[in-house]
Amino acid sequence: MSASAVYVLDVKGKVMICRNYRGDIDMSVIDKFMPLVMEKEEEGNMTPIIQYGNTAFFYTKYNNLYLVATSKKNANVALVFSFLHKLVQIFMEYFKELEEESIRDNFVLIYELLDEVMDFGFPQTTDSKILQEYITVDGHKLEIAPRPPMAVTNAVSWRSEGIKYRKNEVFLDVVESVNLLVSANSNVLRSEIVGCIKMRVYLSGMPELRLGLNDKVLFESTGRGKSKSVELEDVKFHQCVRLPRFENDRTISFVPPDGEFELMSYRLTTHVKPLIWVESVIERHAHSRVEYMIKAKSQFKRRSTANNVEIVIPVPTDADSPKFKTTFGSCKYVPESNAVIWTIKSFPGGKEYLMRAHFSLPSVEAEDVDGKPPIEVKFEIPYFTVSGIQVRYLKIIEKSGYQALPLVRYITQNGDYQLRTN
Amino acid sequence: MTDSKYFSTTKKGEIFEMKAELNSDKKEKKKEAVKKVIASMTVGKDVSALFPDVVNCMQTDNLELKKLVYLYLMNYAKSQPDMAIMAVNTFVKDCEDSNPLIRALAVRTMGCIRVDKITEYLCEPLRKCLKDEDPYVRKTAAVCVAKLHDINAQLVEDQGFLDLLKDLLSDSNPMVVANAVAAISEIMESSPTAAQVLELNTSTTNKLLTALNECTEWGQVFILDAISNSTPKEEREAQSICERVTPRLAHANAAVVLSAVRVVMKLMEMLEQTGDYYTTLLKKLSPPLVTLLSAEPEIQYVALRNINLIVQKRPEILKNEMKVFFVKYNDPIYVKLEKLDIMIRLTNPGNIAQVLAELKEYATEVDVDFVRKSVRAIGRCAIKVEQAAERCVSTLLDLIQTKVNYVVQEAIVVIKDIFRKYPNKYESIIATLCENLDTLDEPEARASMIWIIGEYAERIDNADELLESFLEGFQDENPQVQLQLLTAIVKLFLKRPTDTQELVQQVLSLATQDSDNPDLRDRGYIYWRLLSTDPAAAKEVVLAEKPLISEETDLIEPTLLDELICHIASLASVYHKPPSAFVEGKSGLRRVLPPRSQSGNVDEANVTAEVPQQQQPTVIPGADSLIGDLLDMDLGGPSMQQMYPPSVPTSQTPIQSSVAMDLLGEGLDSLLGPSTLGGDVLGGLGDIFGMPQSQSYVPPQEVWLPANKGKGLEIMGTFARKQNQIFMEITFTNKAMQNMGDFAIQFNKNSFGLMPAQPLHIRTPLPPNQSGSTSLPLSTNGPVQKMDPLTSLQVAVKNNIDVFYLSCLVPLHVMFVEDGEMDKRVFLATWKDIPSQNEVQFTINNVQHNGDTVSQKLRNNNIFTIAKRNVEGQDMLYQSLKLTNGIWVLAELKIQPGNPNFTLSLKGRAMDVYSGIHGAYETVLHN
Repeated sequence: MSASAVYVLDVKGKVMICRNYRGDIDMSVIDKFMPLVMEKEEEGNMTPIIQYGNTAFFYTKYNNLYLVATSKKNANVALVFSFLHKLVQIFMEYFKELEEESIRDNFVLIYELLDEVMDFGFPQTTDSKILQEYITVDGHKLEIAPRPPMAVTNAVSWRSEGIKYRKNEVFLDVVESVNLLVSANSNVLRSEIVGCIKMRVYLSGMPELRLGLNDKVLFESTGRGKSKSVELEDVKFHQCVRLPRFENDRTISFVPPDGEFELMSYRLTTHVKPLIWVESVIERHAHSRVEYMIKAKSQFKRRSTANNVEIVIPVPTDADSPKFKTTFGSCKYVPESNAVIWTIKSFPGGKEYLMRAHFSLPSVEAEDVDGKPPIEVKFEIPYFTVSGIQVRYLKIIEKSGYQALPLVRYITQNGDYQLRTN
Repeated sequence: MTDSKYFSTTKKGEIFEMKAELNSDKKEKKKEAVKKVIASMTVGKDVSALFPDVVNCMQTDNLELKKLVYLYLMNYAKSQPDMAIMAVNTFVKDCEDSNPLIRALAVRTMGCIRVDKITEYLCEPLRKCLKDEDPYVRKTAAVCVAKLHDINAQLVEDQGFLDLLKDLLSDSNPMVVANAVAAISEIMESSPTAAQVLELNTSTTNKLLTALNECTEWGQVFILDAISNSTPKEEREAQSICERVTPRLAHANAAVVLSAVRVVMKLMEMLEQTGDYYTTLLKKLSPPLVTLLSAEPEIQYVALRNINLIVQKRPEILKNEMKVFFVKYNDPIYVKLEKLDIMIRLTNPGNIAQVLAELKEYATEVDVDFVRKSVRAIGRCAIKVEQAAERCVSTLLDLIQTKVNYVVQEAIVVIKDIFRKYPNKYESIIATLCENLDTLDEPEARASMIWIIGEYAERIDNADELLESFLEGFQDENPQVQLQLLTAIVKLFLKRPTDTQELVQQVLSLATQDSDNPDLRDRGYIYWRLLSTDPAAAKEVVLAEKPLISEETDLIEPTLLDELICHIASLASVYHKPPSAFVEGKSGLRRVLPPRSQSGNVDEANVTAEVPQQQQPTVIPGADSLIGDLLDMDLGGPSMQQMYPPSVPTSQTPIQSSVAMDLLGEGLDSLLGPSTLGGDVLGGLGDIFGMPQSQSYVPPQEVWLPANKGKGLEIMGTFARKQNQIFMEITFTNKAMQNMGDFAIQFNKNSFGLMPAQPLHIRTPLPPNQSGSTSLPLSTNGPVQKMDPLTSLQVAVKNNIDVFYLSCLVPLHVMFVEDGEMDKRVFLATWKDIPSQNEVQFTINNVQHNGDTVSQKLRNNNIFTIAKRNVEGQDMLYQSLKLTNGIWVLAELKIQPGNPNFTLSLKGRAMDVYSGIHGAYETVLHN
């Protein structure tokens, strides 16, 4: 049903560390992996799964490392990929950085982890906070052998008992990312809000939390249909949330993990005016020059301000001698990414700025055809959510009866924010 | 301080040094040494020589050291099985350690050591661990049962571990339940006997559904997958499972979501398709599928491949979500291509404008493969949505104007398809197409353009010049282009015979005389003969009206689709292939969807309305299959018979037609792949021209297995006797939508001991809408069992989809052997010897031949005329024949001049065969 073996390879495809879980494949089959990847890349039919004989390779690349799983069966592919990504996350949480060096520096620990996170190809405990309770970086310093924490097998497998804080605090960050796709003739093709609620929980004991949102479905079912509410199209929860309960009465109730985690994510496609609208006029004079006229407009309320706005305008690979003129902000040509970045540190609502750029083009035409990469926009708008979502309450109940106040922050930022050009 | 220092030793004598350190008295030094050993192992050095020294370090209180030694053992035990036994004692001891972490570690590691001797010692500790007080140990032991089963299934089943494992399904701890489920699913897949013991029933399913709410995300996947493997008994149960599974659709882990989708998609089949709950489910499935497209690219890819299946199975789920499949500039190419495919599937008149605008945008990107696929997609849109065809065509024309070479070529290929779908509608653009003639350098584009010119030759003034220009480099063209050029010029000639005679002669001579390609030569000869014997018939054949091509392309064949739905999230669902196609030696059963809910008539109507629509053979032909179409139509067309001598009564039945079919079938073959030049083709050609008269009669092929019973496989066949051997002439036609392969054939015991003399040889894969024929030589040395009727033969045919059973009658005359001519005197003696009660008379009516023709005809079928007498104006023919099993039969055939009714008297020792022989006479004399 799943992985036979897991490998971590360096960028050249050399095995850095591996673990054979099922003993049903020849471990040296991995030598075929890199040549196959290269071949696929050359043929232009790259896929994250490669079949070689009756062995399937599943891989993902992180930094300069390949994480590869192999299987000879009709494996659950979604499971394997989720697991590989989880593995990256665990390594990150253990070593801060995941790169060749951190693998080499911690190989003993990685063997221990690999032994614990998967057994016979079945993923087991992958919660790094729980793992850290019995597999530690300083393992060799321990005098007494650790025991498996209760949480490993508990129904609450993400939180250990006996956590104590002097000051009980909870922080909630509501972060909304706007995905936007605009066609070259300024039609909005897709506009989507992907939000998430991140928590930092510093609470003692085993607290029971309940989160109240202005959820439209909940409001309508409880007869508050008139109040301002948000229709969440799809919601995804951290495994701590009791899903049947939510399905029943839309209550979000959970025992939170300790520390930082993402409680939930949601998606909605209600149409909103694009927060930052960019119009571009590009005049290409082949063999001599190309001129850009870019207009950026902030289409949100005046009392909000977008910070660190970056408008990334792609330019031809062979452009040179940039000249810029802006009514506001600053411009920088970044040849390595073939783009001009127009930065506006602070962009209040309801404003409009202009930028002109001029590049020379060589008289000889380049051989490679340029694609038409879209203009991309990066921004952050604090104290604001596009969707209008609000945290109405966060109830915290613990048997010791302490009081803890939640702190909520809202922020809206760009997601995949692309405007195609002509 | 980091571990990297352990890698740094590269000195010679390293092993020796490590050995010394391993045997050090100091704990710390020992541990450092083991780490060095593991480091060496990690970089691929062989440190198996240190086996005894490392194993000696096993007995330690230090957990870290113990883990390292265990790791070493797992890697090297197989290469040192005898020494590995040294470790057993420690393992057994560790399984009783007071620390559950160590108990679990020991049982986990022991299961990974695939050495028989060790396995024996594993049983007792494992049994204890399965009942350990600590759930951490129990969950590890549960998986260990699966490990042990993989090494020695018999042992596990004999030792009663299956029952112990089953007990764990009721464990109080959800993690233990989850691992037990995983182990059970694993075992069930490999062992059918274990599967019987472990099968889930309603009450266990309920327990699992309860555990679902409490176990880890991975455990949830194990449970969902196990639930999807079993089928509830009734609709109510299916609904209640769905109700308890749907909350999982809100899980953050994509694997949990997709496994939940699998369960729901499977069980939906059992729900009333008009019910409210069904509609609710449809609505619930869409948002989580869309959200998966925001996941990591690899997950997106898996999701998209699965969505492709879901869209085909239940299009209503995502019908309004077209926009989420729009391609983003920075999507990886594999995501882009999959999105494009789904976009086309979701295209409808309502959203076509948007789709077209997108496709046009994509066609200007840089990635060649993606651009090509986008252009092709525009063509598919045109064919799918008639209202938009015109817009699609003009979009394609715009793209042609870009003069980007591969865009132009791809556009021409799809325009050809559009012409086929909407004949006589968009020919005005031909002029524009012709302008680009010179830039076409890919065979498919050239062939398509040539097809267009040939097809519309009458509207292209300079069609002859255009085709002639291609003819110059005829020899260097790809066979596909050559064939197309040949056909196009013949079409042109038939449309404008006056000024193109020279051209057609030129191409015919190029094709027949100067070409090494048998397909080309054969087709050249066919055209030549057609044109020279009967131009009118040629016209009917070559310019026949072509069947319309249908709109949906590469739909997955319905039975496969259903199977794949049961494998959502798995590798099979990504490959769109059944697991048996890529998993070696998989004995597991095929998964099928549960039977559809039958409640309500509306529902039934839906089912029947849906089926024929889905089963339409649907392909947009590439140029090659166009040729196929053309030739297919030739078969059985009335015009063919002109080629045959008058003795052949109808064009559809006689042997010649099946030879022709062979010939053409093979011709197609070579278009599709490397040509298989068998003697068959050339022999067939000889048959066409030489018309050998001495061959035994071969009944026409008849349908033995209709496509609707063969899951898309149609089998036609007949029997022939050639070269002193019996052949089964068999034609497989793939009317499904996927390639077929892995054909095999087997016979049941039969009256004459017929069995295949060699394995079935059919070219594979057999693509949709194509046929493959073969002559299978049969021997008569097989097991014998008398059948009723005597000539009945039961056949099993297997392909990659299923096994099919069919039964057919072997015409008895193929059983008549060549040495059945009896000596005259022996004949006389035998005739007298056989008692007269063994003589039976039959009448054969309406034979239009004289005595000599009759003898000749019978002789061709190994019925030998030994003597001929004329008694009172009647011809008396005395004949003998012998069956493959040595039975002799004597006959007397009475022919009265002017009377078309003959009298046949048979005499032999086995009267059972009489009726068959009478039948054989009938067949031979009437054909």
